[in-house]
Amino acid sequence: MAVLDRDTINAVREGFTRHRLSWIDTLPFLFAALMYFFAARYLPLGTQVMIQVAFALSLDLALGYGGIDSLGHVAFFGMGAYAAGLYALYVSSEPLSGLAVAACIGALTGLVTGPLVLRARGLTVVMLTLAIATMLHELANTSAMKPITGGADGLFGFKIAPVFGMFSFDLYGRTAYWYSLGVVAFVFIICKLVVNSPFGLAVRGMRDNPVRMRMLGVNVTARLVTLYCVSGALAAMAGGLSAQVTKLVGLDSLAFLVSGNALVMLILGGAGRLYGAIVGATVFVALSDRAAAIDPFNWLFAVGGVLILAVRFAPQGIVGLIADWSQRLGWVRR
Amino acid sequence: MVELLGAEILGLDGVTAGYRDTVVLEQVSASVGANEAWAVLGRNGVGKTTLLMTIMGLTVLREGRIRFDGGDITNMDTHRRVQAGIGYVSQEREIFPSLTVDENLRVATQPGEWTRERAYDLFPRLAERRRNYGNQLSGGEQQMLAVGRALVGNPKLLLLDEPFEGLAPVIIDTLIGAFARLRRESAIATVLVEQQVELALELTQQALVLDKGQIVWRGASADLAADRDNLAMLVGLQEAR
Repeated sequence: MAVLDRDTINAVREGFTRHRLSWIDTLPFLFAALMYFFAARYLPLGTQVMIQVAFALSLDLALGYGGIDSLGHVAFFGMGAYAAGLYALYVSSEPLSGLAVAACIGALTGLVTGPLVLRARGLTVVMLTLAIATMLHELANTSAMKPITGGADGLFGFKIAPVFGMFSFDLYGRTAYWYSLGVVAFVFIICKLVVNSPFGLAVRGMRDNPVRMRMLGVNVTARLVTLYCVSGALAAMAGGLSAQVTKLVGLDSLAFLVSGNALVMLILGGAGRLYGAIVGATVFVALSDRAAAIDPFNWLFAVGGVLILAVRFAPQGIVGLIADWSQRLGWVRR
Repeated sequence: MVELLGAEILGLDGVTAGYRDTVVLEQVSASVGANEAWAVLGRNGVGKTTLLMTIMGLTVLREGRIRFDGGDITNMDTHRRVQAGIGYVSQEREIFPSLTVDENLRVATQPGEWTRERAYDLFPRLAERRRNYGNQLSGGEQQMLAVGRALVGNPKLLLLDEPFEGLAPVIIDTLIGAFARLRRESAIATVLVEQQVELALELTQQALVLDKGQIVWRGASADLAADRDNLAMLVGLQEAR
């Protein structure tokens, strides 16, 4: 262990288990930046990874930290995607303002559905979130909404102007890659700031024991709605990002599969530690891609297999497993 | 009987309360003055914990009113009662396992004379363990943290539900020392539910005894402690040694 001195290991574990920003937090982004130079063929795949990372991070905020068992997080993703698409089609093709609009719509969706969902707990939350997402999915496909959403054909034909007016989206996905990386970094920093704030502490306490939190003078429902709005805004940014880089909003951006996949990513990576979302989404997307390349028909078998192994041998997720190992190696937290 | 004069901090008026299908407390009336310390005694299952939970607004109140600090809190949400100045240390302690000691205190802090530093001063053991997570603490440390966490909320009234239960004698001594210091330094009224009757009577000035959800005795703690026969009858104490 000559290379890994005690301080480095401590820093790594802090990054994985504690919740403060440190130098270790730049590593995934450095890695992503390096990938641009050494794996240029995979830029479009990398962009997909980053969209999923952003979405999984937003879900981690609600589920991993807030204990909101959302099975309908795709509602935010889809609302953000349609918001960004419609904004580009009718208002302006400027991308950053499009993302801001998507985030606002996401927060608004959280504000409207949150009070309904968050009074309940447990299975009721699962069912309510699922129901809301399914209703939105159906709504987007109704004949009344078809002129707006494009129905099953999806929303297309919009253009996205160059980022900062300088970097236009190219065929090879270079701009899209850097743009997505920037958005993910933004989402990650917001998540870190939220979970470290006094608000974030209260949210973690609420996940442990909501009644006790109320007995310490905290308005639990109001805090949960706030968290739901923040998480919804970030999820909608992921959806908006997806709309902007693919220049298409399909009906499937409101489909249950998106929620389910994000949940699988969190389980793979480990919920409630932010890095779980990064690792889980990366592994999930990369694995799906490789498995599909090898066997285009039965690739889901590989994903399912890995999930079963993860749940059996790493119930805390991959990141949880790493954190456990580093602890077992004997480096006690200061 | 020495009645400590002072403004009322907590008042119960004919409170009948319980849970969804059952009534536990019947027509309970009491008045706790600012800076008074009360013991609530009684056998198991007579409604002592229910009384504290009713004050916190965690039970179903069927009849009666509850006053706190000059206002009516009968229909107030639990978190508002806490903000108004009621602190509650429950029997289960309920430390947040995924927060550190320091963070457990931080989430409960409200502006006032009790700061985290002062809580650490009261329980130096907590200061040593401030970076440990809630699930890495011993029972005694958890109890200290539960009390400290209630204090940094700067309550005017502190409700303690069996704070000494299951603790080693040396930890109990630490807590007793802390309570004594608390009584000296702060004007916090206390309601103490405790099975260790003699200890409870020693720590308080006033006592009330519950039986089957009703108050069957009230008066000065010292009087009850002296009246061994009555005490044995009221709380089912074994023959005094």
